[in-house]
Amino acid sequence: MKLPRILIFLAGILLISLFIWPMWKITLLAPQYPDGVQMHIYINKIGGKTPGTLQNVNILNHYIGMKKITPESIPELKYMPPIVIFYIITAFIVGIFNKKWMYWAWLISLILVLSIGLYDFYLWEYDYGHSLDPKAPMKFEGASFQPPLIGRKEIINFTAISLPHIGGYFLGLSIMLGMVATYLKSKKIKA
Amino acid sequence: MKKQLYYFTAALAIIFTIAIFANSCNTSRTANTGALDNDAASAVYVAPGEYDEYYGFFSGGFSGQVSVYGLPSGRLLKVIPVFSQDAEKGYGYNEETKPMLNTTFGFIPWDDAHHPELSQTNGETDGRWLFINGNNTPRIARLDLTTFETAEIIEIPNSGGNHSSPFTTENTEYVVAGTRFSVPYPQKDVAIDSYKENFKGMLSFIKVNDEGHMEIAFQVLLPAFDYDLAHSGKGKSHGWTFFTTYNTEEKHTLLEVNASQNDKDFIAAINWKKAEEYIAQGKYKEIPAEHYSNRYDEKSHIATSTLQKTVKVLTPEDCPGLVYFLPTPKSPHGVDVDPSGEYIIGNGKLSADLTVHSFTKMLAAIENKDFETTIASVPVLKYDKVVSGVVTKPGLGPLHTEFDNDGNAYTTFFISSEIVKWKLGTWEVLDRIPAYYSVGHLMIPGGDSKKPDGKYMVALNKITKDRYLPTGPEMNHSAQLYDISGDKMKLLLDFPTIGEPHYAQGILASKITSKSKKFYPLEENEHPHRALGEKDTKVVRDGSEVHIYMTSIRSHFAPDNIEGIKVGDKVFIHLTNLEQDFDVPHGFAIQGARTAELLVMPGQTETMYWEPQREGVVPFYCTDFCSALHQEMQGYIRVSPAGSSTELKWSMGEPDEEL
Repeated sequence: MKLPRILIFLAGILLISLFIWPMWKITLLAPQYPDGVQMHIYINKIGGKTPGTLQNVNILNHYIGMKKITPESIPELKYMPPIVIFYIITAFIVGIFNKKWMYWAWLISLILVLSIGLYDFYLWEYDYGHSLDPKAPMKFEGASFQPPLIGRKEIINFTAISLPHIGGYFLGLSIMLGMVATYLKSKKIKA
Repeated sequence: MKKQLYYFTAALAIIFTIAIFANSCNTSRTANTGALDNDAASAVYVAPGEYDEYYGFFSGGFSGQVSVYGLPSGRLLKVIPVFSQDAEKGYGYNEETKPMLNTTFGFIPWDDAHHPELSQTNGETDGRWLFINGNNTPRIARLDLTTFETAEIIEIPNSGGNHSSPFTTENTEYVVAGTRFSVPYPQKDVAIDSYKENFKGMLSFIKVNDEGHMEIAFQVLLPAFDYDLAHSGKGKSHGWTFFTTYNTEEKHTLLEVNASQNDKDFIAAINWKKAEEYIAQGKYKEIPAEHYSNRYDEKSHIATSTLQKTVKVLTPEDCPGLVYFLPTPKSPHGVDVDPSGEYIIGNGKLSADLTVHSFTKMLAAIENKDFETTIASVPVLKYDKVVSGVVTKPGLGPLHTEFDNDGNAYTTFFISSEIVKWKLGTWEVLDRIPAYYSVGHLMIPGGDSKKPDGKYMVALNKITKDRYLPTGPEMNHSAQLYDISGDKMKLLLDFPTIGEPHYAQGILASKITSKSKKFYPLEENEHPHRALGEKDTKVVRDGSEVHIYMTSIRSHFAPDNIEGIKVGDKVFIHLTNLEQDFDVPHGFAIQGARTAELLVMPGQTETMYWEPQREGVVPFYCTDFCSALHQEMQGYIRVSPAGSSTELKWSMGEPDEEL
């Protein structure tokens, strides 16, 4: 049966989308920002809906003493591309050799890496939200500036919405294809 | 006797009471709402946060500017500085825009703006540019409708009073300029009463290229009439431009009487396609005629002023078939061409009737040489061979006509203060409605193009009187908005305007909104004194000239402490706004600077010139409330005595803080 191999190839190809589209987006909404401020997180850079987005986010953040988001200071943006490339290549290797354990190894390790990635993302958010400059012009007693990992949260006058973006959805799809492939591969051997 | 006295007293009391009552009635004001419909309010109501359907570009008249209104709400959206310095925006005050107001007479801080005209493609408004003429020191400006800023101003030589302008051709091949006041040609010191001998009237055709840049293609030398208004042909009459004339009597004094004697003056019809042929054949004289062309560059954010030395002049003697005169009663003001291009309406302002010429008949009359006479080599066509029809006694003092898309024309009557709707072809009057008061131009969006949008009409009035709350002797001119979608015109709204709204143009907002710029990308900034980040900020001294490269971003300037400036220095403060977000300008003002503020858009660089006069420490600050810490957006410059040895230094933040 060829289906698991096709699916794992597809899963690998889908990962290429991470080099094209952002994985995650954080949108800040407030009345005086009718279009919202939408920050895009890629595997290798931080951008936004407009070229000035990162600067605009940093301008907002500096009032409360949040650290300046500078892509150069985030090492993950350097680690992630080779990891993704690794999973693209190994997806093909899995497909070529077509061994059950390989399917399992690819899938489980990818889910593990993804979980670590999300936890790491949470840590960054925690750090930005809590390590505030004591000289910040505005201080809000008891307010938390940590954006949500996923979902919606009110942060002073802003509503922050954190959701996967196109790349993130393709990553999810890739994992699902990997799951189906692994399931079919396992079922076939059993049968 | 006693009884009689009683009656007499009672009668007196009654008369007295009636007199007081009657008097109080006479002096109480009854508002003239012109039978306002109940639904008028909802027709002009644009809910908060909603947009108007149309942009209206109104001439600022003697303010020299253009004001932009939303229609139908009558909301003022922006005032765009064009021919006058504008302290609010620093236009004509900052170093970058001063060259925009340069002329062969030097820097002129004002003009009298008259007729806005939108650019057209295939006879339809296209939303690229808006042109407007300066009447006093003849000029034409082009406004860029992606930025709503003045992008270019060209001076028109050999002209005095650029009134019949700019009136584009159907693909914006040309905008035109006609001299309202004839002047000696070439300009020289002569006796005024040598008018007939020495004075000439010059019509100019200004080529507009694909980037919108203007240059004078040619001028046409004509008799010393007053060339009042113009409109270019469209459709079948594309290739021709029509100018009205008055003072064909060629008088130079007491014109109100002396220039009103002839029963008929002329509409001058210029065949500009023929002119192009004559230019190609070299049948022109290239004469010295210095004039300035001033262009603002959106990348460098700097205007440059270039002196042009000559113009090409065509004369009717050398160029037969270039110009014809169409006799038109009496001192016609506006000349308006209907959407089909067939009818040429001469609004004879001292005539009881409205004269409509036929373009087809005009061509036939030219073909058959139906000439009444010839004036200065210009054939005068026979009146009855070119007239298509006459609207008889429609009102008093016709000035201007615009059109809807159903074959109707709308003419303003200054003296009878009304707008009259009439039918093209049958010449019957269909409806009339008062204007408050003494209407000049009118505007229907696209109403002078091939595709009018016959939904709204605006009356642009000369007199305001009691329309609004009194504001002392001077009041803003009034405008009224009418619904013209039905058989009957309906008054919807009355609103004040800025300066004098001679003419206006309207356009569907959707033709402009998607192209409207939100900010200038920093990476495209080519200003020679830009600072693209705080690390680029510096202060450079060259003798007594000091250049400060400063940046602004919410909510600080960099640098914000500067020392080593001396009394008598010539200081140039180049401020780059580092913001890259919509609607975040920063202002800049410094105490004692004898100029206006800077108002710098995101991504832009602007320069203030300052000569410090006194020793001390002077504050500067951001003038446009930009952010929660706007009040903190300030700094100091230390001014030391001339010749002092104070070291030049600049900083922002404490030494341990990161820039």
